[in-house]
Amino acid sequence: MTATTFTPWASLLGGGLIGLSAAVLILFNGRIAGISDIVGRLLPPWPDDSGLTGRALFVVGLIAAPLLFEAGGYAIEQTVSPKLGLLALAGLLVGFGTIVGNGCTSGHGVCGLARLSPRSLVATLVFMAAAIATVFVTRHLA
Amino acid sequence: MSFLVYGVAGLLFGSGLVISGMLDPAKVLNFLDFVGSWDPSLAFVLGGAVIVAAIGFRIAGRRTRPILTRRFHWPTRSDIDARLLIGPAIFGIGWGLSGFCPGPAVASLALLAPGTIVFVVALLAGMALARRIVDRKPASDAAQAEDIAFTQSRALG
Repeated sequence: MTATTFTPWASLLGGGLIGLSAAVLILFNGRIAGISDIVGRLLPPWPDDSGLTGRALFVVGLIAAPLLFEAGGYAIEQTVSPKLGLLALAGLLVGFGTIVGNGCTSGHGVCGLARLSPRSLVATLVFMAAAIATVFVTRHLA
Repeated sequence: MSFLVYGVAGLLFGSGLVISGMLDPAKVLNFLDFVGSWDPSLAFVLGGAVIVAAIGFRIAGRRTRPILTRRFHWPTRSDIDARLLIGPAIFGIGWGLSGFCPGPAVASLALLAPGTIVFVVALLAGMALARRIVDRKPASDAAQAEDIAFTQSRALG
């Protein structure tokens, strides 16, 4: 496991920007900022009034942001596991689970909790507990 | 106009992920590891995001319509069904195995780590598979059918 530094202020500020993104999307467009929904509905089939352009632009902005930071000389720290089989399995589970559960960390975790939605509170507690249990098993039991 | 807002929102979201450190799966995994190298940063990210989003939702709740579009698309469901437990449990296992949830994984694509690319391809495959299986009919219909089957099996037996 890689040790990381506790960054309370940067994390609070970054979190604030994520919240601002959700606020902008609901106030201007009347939409909830759920990444699994936005990404999932980029895949076909597309209904007629799908707003596909908007969702594609959201993803372009999302991918462009780290590049802009790097172009400005900001060093992004990232340790991605070299175990590609494990990441493929994890990706499948995350993709499948977020569609079945109608949301991920952003839709349920950020937007849902901010709206005090009981459904999102349940979902958030379940995915947090499952993730904590998984890390415990893989790091301390296996 | 409204689709440009999506682009701005994506940039804001991605910038938030960069500044908060959440693009680093190691940081996420350390948050989830209370008994090991615990890093509480993710709680601050979630806290900051929820506070600012809540203010936005409050202002939105007082308006009759959004600034640029015709109506608000508020989530309407309030029932707790099996899908709401099974989906997040599966998602949580994948999140705990990798340290990636959809936002940070997609935002990291252009940083070109092989693991990120593999994860995102699998993410899309998992989403497509789930949509084929569960999105055919509303979950409430499935739950109702289950209830009927259960009642029938009790009656028969």
